[in-house]
Amino acid sequence: MVEVQKDFIQEKETKIIKGNVAAAYAAKSARVQVISAYPITPQTTVVEKLSEFSDNGEMPGTQYIKVESEHSVFAAVIGASKAGTRTFTATAGQGIFYAHEMIHWAAGARLPIVVAIASRGPAPPWNIWADFTDVISQRDTGWMSSFCASHQEIYDEILMSYKVCEDHEILLPKFIAYGGFILSHTSKPVIIEDQELVDRFLPSLPSEEGWPHIWMDPKRPMMFGNLIMPSGFYYEFRMKIHDAFIRAKEKVKSVAKEFEQMFGRSYGNGLIQEYKMDDAKVGVVIYGDLALQMEQAVEDLREEGYKVGMIKLRHFRPFPVEDIINSVKKVETIGVIDRATAFGSQTGGPVSCEVKSALHEIKEAPNVLPIINGLGGREVSLEQQKNQLKMLVKLNETGELPKDIIHGTLWDGLLEVE
Amino acid sequence: MSKSKKWKKINKSVKERPKVQEYKNWEELPPIPISLPIEGSIGTTGDWRTYRPIILEGCNQCGICWMYCPEGVIKRNEDGSFEINLDYCKGCGICAKECPSNNIEMVRESDIEDG
Repeated sequence: MVEVQKDFIQEKETKIIKGNVAAAYAAKSARVQVISAYPITPQTTVVEKLSEFSDNGEMPGTQYIKVESEHSVFAAVIGASKAGTRTFTATAGQGIFYAHEMIHWAAGARLPIVVAIASRGPAPPWNIWADFTDVISQRDTGWMSSFCASHQEIYDEILMSYKVCEDHEILLPKFIAYGGFILSHTSKPVIIEDQELVDRFLPSLPSEEGWPHIWMDPKRPMMFGNLIMPSGFYYEFRMKIHDAFIRAKEKVKSVAKEFEQMFGRSYGNGLIQEYKMDDAKVGVVIYGDLALQMEQAVEDLREEGYKVGMIKLRHFRPFPVEDIINSVKKVETIGVIDRATAFGSQTGGPVSCEVKSALHEIKEAPNVLPIINGLGGREVSLEQQKNQLKMLVKLNETGELPKDIIHGTLWDGLLEVE
Repeated sequence: MSKSKKWKKINKSVKERPKVQEYKNWEELPPIPISLPIEGSIGTTGDWRTYRPIILEGCNQCGICWMYCPEGVIKRNEDGSFEINLDYCKGCGICAKECPSNNIEMVRESDIEDG
């Protein structure tokens, strides 16, 4: 551990900062003990800012490890977390794919690692702009994942995530994803909370004994990462990961409530956040930065007299099946808007597949129109989002499908050059 | 995290650790698989052996075999002589190779009468 040169006490203040810097401040507020870092666009400024903090003594007691690849980034935080520390890193796109093996390893070892993802489109063709396919491609690794719609939400969500992940009944790693450049490189006011309050909100840092299930202590030696034969409990341990995900839903909700009481900012029930859904006839399910702009689109259409609403999906894993059902069944027609792809699936978009599969649980399900837009950072304007809503209203009233539907999904905004 | 009381003992103290971890179902299991470094935790590895090391008469008790044994199954007796624990010796032959006076012989198990 680095020598503590001076204790840095953060007081509550509002800063105009980039989304990446908000992520770095969250790691600092959470007093993370080990950061491992490798740069990748558009995440780089997260770890750059953290190295600044670390260098000028603003993060006493934090070890900052520079490594040579994302595979090693995750290997390093896994090792550090096993030893009983709060760990943090950030990555994106190809970096996630390179670390994929270690990403599975962290979940199998049930380590509460929190990682910020400034999402970007997968290559080829090379792309570094907002597209959630990178984080969603880790769907089945055993990591929780959530999306942020605003700069403040990045900071808040990282704090909430430590509280969820480190719960002894859960012990899962988590990705916090936000759109590359759209949030990562734009500046907005972000409230950085009072350190004392954050300390009170978060669980205390792991003691020298480490986590309750894994530790490195020569006095209590243990071996982990073992081989289990097919007749052993491998299957049961996998099942237990899923069980932890299901239980995490309640924890996410209670932490969101606690966060709201303590800091006064609300994120729905933590899993989803409704906007004007109560009397809506038509709605959309949307996530990430586009959700913020969609709020404006909903508001504008409300002024024009359309009864539209919006569900902001916050957590992708665990997927809030019950909450989505309860919310979606309030409307007659719902559009599910993905900024990501799930090639060859029933809709081509990952979240619309999830919503459709969740609605299988109820008898009189609303019509679902899968929409894909904004891939690889393609701009989605407010006007375009308003048209999406109007199109859904028209679909609801007349049953008339838009012309641009391809294989049952609306690929909204495909270029047509004259 | 786990309903197993056994698991809580493992967590707290080495002394109270059970010799064998037994779990009946998934609810009793800890969150991750671990094994505890107790003697024979992976079984009696002596079964793996094809060649058995035999310390011949004339050993000068230099202790080289004891130092090189990768499994730590060579024991120094109080009188200074050395003994090989055949329950766990895998028969790798490193001791025989390293013995400076060629005083350890590797004999095929099937050629040994008691084997």
